[in-house]
Amino acid sequence: MSNDVLIRANDLSVHFPLRGFMFGERPVVRACEGINIAIEKGSFFGLVGESGSGKTTLGRAMLKAAPISKGEVIYSDDEVTYNLATLEGPELKDYRKRSQLIFQDPYAALSPRMTVRDIIAEPLEVMRLTSSREETDARVREIAAMCRLNLEHLRRFPHAFSGGQRQRISIARALVSGPRFIVADESVAALDVSIQADVLNLLNKIQADSGITFLFISHDLSVIAHTCDFVAVMYLGQIVESAPTRKLFSETFHPYTRALLSAIPSLDPDVRGHAQRLEGEIPSPINPPPGCRFNTRCPHAQERCRSEVPEWREMSSKHHVACHFAEELA
Amino acid sequence: MTSPLISVKDLTLRFKTDEGLVTAVNNVSFDIAPGEVLGLVGESGSGKSVTAKALMMLNADNSVYDPSSRITLRVDDQEIDVLSLKRPKDQMVIRGGSISMIFQEPMASFAPAISIGDQMVEQLLIHSDMNAVKAREISIEMLDRVGIPEPAQRFKQYAFEFSGGMRQRAMIAMALSTKPKLLIADEPTTALDVTIQAQVIDLMKDLVEDFHMSILFITHDLGVIAQTADRVAVMYLGNLVETGTVRQVINTPAHPYTRGLLNSLPKLNDLEAPLTPVPGDIPSPLDRPPGCVFHTRCPEYIGDVCKTQIPGYSKDSANHEVSCHLATQGEQP
Repeated sequence: MSNDVLIRANDLSVHFPLRGFMFGERPVVRACEGINIAIEKGSFFGLVGESGSGKTTLGRAMLKAAPISKGEVIYSDDEVTYNLATLEGPELKDYRKRSQLIFQDPYAALSPRMTVRDIIAEPLEVMRLTSSREETDARVREIAAMCRLNLEHLRRFPHAFSGGQRQRISIARALVSGPRFIVADESVAALDVSIQADVLNLLNKIQADSGITFLFISHDLSVIAHTCDFVAVMYLGQIVESAPTRKLFSETFHPYTRALLSAIPSLDPDVRGHAQRLEGEIPSPINPPPGCRFNTRCPHAQERCRSEVPEWREMSSKHHVACHFAEELA
Repeated sequence: MTSPLISVKDLTLRFKTDEGLVTAVNNVSFDIAPGEVLGLVGESGSGKSVTAKALMMLNADNSVYDPSSRITLRVDDQEIDVLSLKRPKDQMVIRGGSISMIFQEPMASFAPAISIGDQMVEQLLIHSDMNAVKAREISIEMLDRVGIPEPAQRFKQYAFEFSGGMRQRAMIAMALSTKPKLLIADEPTTALDVTIQAQVIDLMKDLVEDFHMSILFITHDLGVIAQTADRVAVMYLGNLVETGTVRQVINTPAHPYTRGLLNSLPKLNDLEAPLTPVPGDIPSPLDRPPGCVFHTRCPEYIGDVCKTQIPGYSKDSANHEVSCHLATQGEQP
């Protein structure tokens, strides 16, 4: 295991059992199955997939906010090493300081009854990171300035702010405890494009200045392409391809990644209708198709894809793919 | 040039609220020709949905139309003054008659406790003189046409049994079964995944050709517009800032706001290009800036004229219309 990996999932599965069946085996939602990823220190790691692909669940499992059913998640910075699958007690509390989450909807994530100052200060007070009110205030001001919030606005309530400003408040709240690892779950999906660019630039700047490692979850491949240096593509609970961003876009192996890329509407009105279209929709994670999970929608599916689970293999340095026919299709 | 299917002239619409009159749409004029797809782009709060709903008189009771506003619909050589239709019975000429609408969130648009089929039949019985058997036949035919497998079985199911993409297809089938002249599509693909969005866009392009109808396509996504529209109108804070063909607006945007929107979009063919946000936030519609509404955020602000004078519309030879002092100043060197 190389030293520059901050957090790594080995064969991670997250299953949610369903209630309400009298006989037979209880059905299980296989939200994540056999995930292997390694996020390097100081990287901006992008996770892309459609709704229902399990990207949020994976992000939460990395924060120990979703149950880990199988496999392990190893977090290791220069001070501590934790296995999240068995983490509890004071060590779990310590991990909460080291990892944070930024939510999708800045309208729902902030309490309407708290001032911006209180919202940002809450993690400090709950985790007892500061010893006096003055220290808390100083820290809040420092973080607020970093997130380009107007310091005079700290006494206002969230309703007075626009979507972009609220998202910057959420970011400040996540940053205030001094985390090493942040999961940003669809953090720009609810914003207008002109504001979205602003928040993306802010996240990139924070990452460059402070060296915080980001797991950036998004359904939008073009946003990921612009902000992340590493991308993993998820489909129905599994990672189908992962590579450094540039590599993934110059050489795409998995047919699903290719379909995702071509489904993005082109900005050029003269390039119409050349896209490769996927038939059908994402199957249910309760009964995923046998073999390769993508076989029901894959334009290149063959007999082998329906019976044999494709191996997770390295095509070139750091470029992994799970497809039987990656070489032939490239 | 054929006469437009619908002309909107000087549409100004305000809402009465506790905080006073809010101007949602200000002096908006545009035409849609028969068979044309007009894309209406803008960020949230720009008034694009309110404009679209005005075409069907669907805005809430607290809306006030300015007396100079005109919306004229031409059907079978007859001109209908849409805003003069006050009684719901008269409004049936437009609602479900000449104009149909599909919405962003298909789950919220279907009644949850009535089967999809019954809802489709119901509107056909109201809007045409066909009997129930014929209405059922047509509904199943439409479900089949929009690519829903096993339409006869699906006909009996409820909205929750459909996936997001299927629901949106059923919504389109329902909207088109009355054979409207104009389809208003309000962010029809925003709630869908990209692969499903691509399917729905392909389907809509097919249907335009088959049914020869016009579409008013509302979206915030310039990529979707580039793929679907013939002409584009860009809205900002209730004003139309630029209108032109899709190639004019996307390839040679004339308004600083349109340029700003395009520069803030991540582009897949150029990963190095920095994302340039439009500075600042959209002002509240309660205090609309005087002069040009965009001057508070405009990176190409040229001085007091932007702050004090409302820019008029200037047109170039190819009917590319823009409302900006930069453009009018360019004309008189």
